[in-house]
Amino acid sequence: MYALLAIGFSLIFGVARIVNIAHTAFYMLAAYCFYTLMVKVGLGFVLSALIAVGAVTALSVICYRLVIEPVREHEAAVLIATIALALIFQELMLYSFGGHYLGIPSTLEGGVRFFGVSIPYQRLLILVVAAVMLIFCWFVLYRTRLGLAIRATANDLEVANLMGMNVNRIAMATVAISVALAAIAGVVVAPVYVVDPFMWLAPLVTMLAIVVLGGLGSLKGSLIGALIIGYVEAITVFAVPAGAYLKGAVALLIMVIVLLVRPEGLFGVVFEEER
Amino acid sequence: MLRSALLAVPLALAASVAAAQGTVKIAILGPMAFVQGENHWAGAEMARDEINQAGGINVGGRRMQVELVRADTNEIQSVPDATNAIERVITRDKADFLIGGFRSEAVLAMQEVAMDYKKIFLGAGAADARLGENVEKNYDRYKYWFRVTPVKSLDLFRTLMAVLNAIGGQVRQSLKKDRPKVALIAEKAVWTEPIVKAVQAMLPKMNMDLVGTWQPSAVATDVTAELSAIERSDADIVFTLLSGPVGISLGRQMGERSMRAVAWGINVEGQKEEFWQAAAGKAQFVSTLDTYSEVEMTPKTIPFVRAFKERYKKAPTYTAVTYDAIMILKAAIEQAGSTDADKLVPVIEKMEHVGTAGTDTWDKRHDLVWAVGKTAGIAVQWQDGEKVPFWPPQVKGMQPFKMPKR
Repeated sequence: MYALLAIGFSLIFGVARIVNIAHTAFYMLAAYCFYTLMVKVGLGFVLSALIAVGAVTALSVICYRLVIEPVREHEAAVLIATIALALIFQELMLYSFGGHYLGIPSTLEGGVRFFGVSIPYQRLLILVVAAVMLIFCWFVLYRTRLGLAIRATANDLEVANLMGMNVNRIAMATVAISVALAAIAGVVVAPVYVVDPFMWLAPLVTMLAIVVLGGLGSLKGSLIGALIIGYVEAITVFAVPAGAYLKGAVALLIMVIVLLVRPEGLFGVVFEEER
Repeated sequence: MLRSALLAVPLALAASVAAAQGTVKIAILGPMAFVQGENHWAGAEMARDEINQAGGINVGGRRMQVELVRADTNEIQSVPDATNAIERVITRDKADFLIGGFRSEAVLAMQEVAMDYKKIFLGAGAADARLGENVEKNYDRYKYWFRVTPVKSLDLFRTLMAVLNAIGGQVRQSLKKDRPKVALIAEKAVWTEPIVKAVQAMLPKMNMDLVGTWQPSAVATDVTAELSAIERSDADIVFTLLSGPVGISLGRQMGERSMRAVAWGINVEGQKEEFWQAAAGKAQFVSTLDTYSEVEMTPKTIPFVRAFKERYKKAPTYTAVTYDAIMILKAAIEQAGSTDADKLVPVIEKMEHVGTAGTDTWDKRHDLVWAVGKTAGIAVQWQDGEKVPFWPPQVKGMQPFKMPKR
């Protein structure tokens, strides 16, 4: 899940220099949408998932056009606008569903035992979906014309613009792809956790730590960063059980250390001054 | 035209009579977007309607209607929001009495505001012992505070240990094991701190081994790593102190993992009717301390629970004890013949109130006097989608506690 969220966040930053704080809020919206369609309306898993991901992706494009694009040149304004968007989504869900914690039935029942540890099939499904989506991302970025345009824009926005690429449209497509990844994460994770209006906050912090560790704008860095932070969180719980609540703080500490010692992260690029 | 005029006369008369009689204004403070606040409000509504339909409160010969002021404290998200809410109901809405609160950190702050204005504040949600300690340390300032539910944290501990002892006996018998292993999982919060220390000290004396203490964040939603470690520790009992969403994740993930350990403790989410659905039907045998069930705690319990279910289509949780709090106020006001806070304090101090949740008396800290069958609460276990009460065994209506298959 962390990898899907971090790659989407990193992708949009790498291409459009947009720090989308609302990224995990879209993940929360997808979970709510999936809950409503599956539990309340009674649609099946596949249909509910497709509609939820499609609707949230479409919403992200609308938000991009109405909220982000007009202020895109001003990074601070984008940051503030996306924080506002996230809070609006949170309050809307709080108003619509209340502060109740909602549960979604597992898509796959049962589990396997692996070296004495039980692993539910739903968790394995998350792993499979994450792997498939990462391969899909790689394919889009490195084997399609859209991917070429995205990479060119990420490499040098001004030159891509001068070469005749519609950088705004490319940015919009990138927003759609990255939010779709977040929405997919929301749909597959919702049956494992609980759905509530504040479920976007904890992953946001972890996701920021991951992209800083992996390197802002680096997809490979996001994937490896997600694995490292995931393990660090688990190790924190195993090593200091009474300090399990510190696992988020440990991730943030790593983020701060990386920012001080190697600001570009493990695989990030050093941005030129004019950016 | 004539008909409208004729209708207007009795309406105007009724309004003027009501104005002349006056009202007792009670502010209900709670996180209204959450289940805790919903139950605060629902319990209060039931008390208000019952009192008003019976003619109101007799205040020295004058009949006064109860008027509720709904105050959303938003305390789960923000303590300052809670203090703003209580300040608002006192200064703007001119509330006479204050009832509610849930999160200890917020209630401690709200208590200060209420005491500044010398308003009677009946706590219906927070367990932190400092709320009562304040009364003992500075009686003149804090005497307006009374705790109606739950009992203070160390008394919660006494109940938890009494039930754990009973469950431990069952584990010993079924597993043929002298010393059951206990894993303690407690969210990191003010209210759990004294209980965690007390449990850690108490378990060896109860012939039980503590295999570890895990403390996730109070807002955590995932306990995968914690449960993996607990599973490896071969614990027989998972002792829970959880008030947040992690209680749902714990119940669900224990079920998904088919864990052999049984969960007992405080799981606030597990007290709610929606818990089984939220845990996707996986929280089999999860048990928790609770307040309401269709058992005869007092003669008022079953009629209240049934009436609540009929009106709100779900069972009450412990914050619905606002019903009892309003009835306590009514009894005190009628006995004192006044709504003056200074006259009501000594009346409540000496009162024994048979409520819907138990029989309440107060000590010098204005904390409930703990007693099994009176204020200690009940223990419930989720069995096949039903919340089944199993403790205290002497109360009529209790059923057997069940263990997971091993």
